[in-house]
Amino acid sequence: MSETTTSKMTLTTEGDTHVIVTRRFAAPPEAVYRAHTDPKIIQKWLLGPEGWTMPVCINEAKPGGKFRYQWTNGKGAGFHITGEFLELEPYDRIVHVERMHLPDPMPDNHIETRFEADGAGTLMTMRMTLPDSKTRAAMLATGMEHGMEASYVRLEGML
Amino acid sequence: MISLNEAFSALADPTRRAILARLAKGEATVNELAEPFEMTQPAISQHLKVLEEAGLIVRRVDGTKRPRRLARAGIDAMDQWLGMLRKALEANYDRLDDVLAGMDDRKKGKHKRGVTR
Repeated sequence: MSETTTSKMTLTTEGDTHVIVTRRFAAPPEAVYRAHTDPKIIQKWLLGPEGWTMPVCINEAKPGGKFRYQWTNGKGAGFHITGEFLELEPYDRIVHVERMHLPDPMPDNHIETRFEADGAGTLMTMRMTLPDSKTRAAMLATGMEHGMEASYVRLEGML
Repeated sequence: MISLNEAFSALADPTRRAILARLAKGEATVNELAEPFEMTQPAISQHLKVLEEAGLIVRRVDGTKRPRRLARAGIDAMDQWLGMLRKALEANYDRLDDVLAGMDDRKKGKHKRGVTR
């Protein structure tokens, strides 16, 4: 359908516990990698829907370093993600774990992000590993993959 | 009170998703809900209990029957969260495209564009 759009995001599953996200960017791997590790840059784009901001963006991009991203919509709603970096290979690869707090922590999501040169641009591939199939199913219940049954009910208005 | 954790964990089961899909078409009794599945009625009732506790369905008393229907508030709360996630992911990457374009321009010595507020 929109496969001709090179910037199109894809989201697929692999095995019982993995979720794969890919996205192409016009910029080279070094720039895309920096955009994922420099808090000043992260705060400019990792924001969610219009009106949301990230007042707290702590990111120690080194093995063992921690990060904390905290979002607010300015109207009292907010949530945060905490995580730790396991491996960093500039400008090819990042491995980290993260969990969302809603406000109780969700199970850990282990994520490997690769940045591969793709012509003049970058193909980014995120490989998420959830602890078990149930947790992954719960995450996929977010409807990100294929609009789950429950989402049929009333998602149209939101998207 | 809606617990998103409970709601998403309730959705992790394919039978419960199918039950919700059925209820999206309208109210149904336990018998009607059990029909398409090779499951005993108690097993279905257990799934209904999980969905009810998660705030996703409610029951009504109709004589001896207890028909279930979707709980609007619970479904709305989830929809809001889901829509936000999907939209957030796509909006983020679109924004990153602009940020990257700005980084590129600066490298080439052009004026800053797109990255300043």
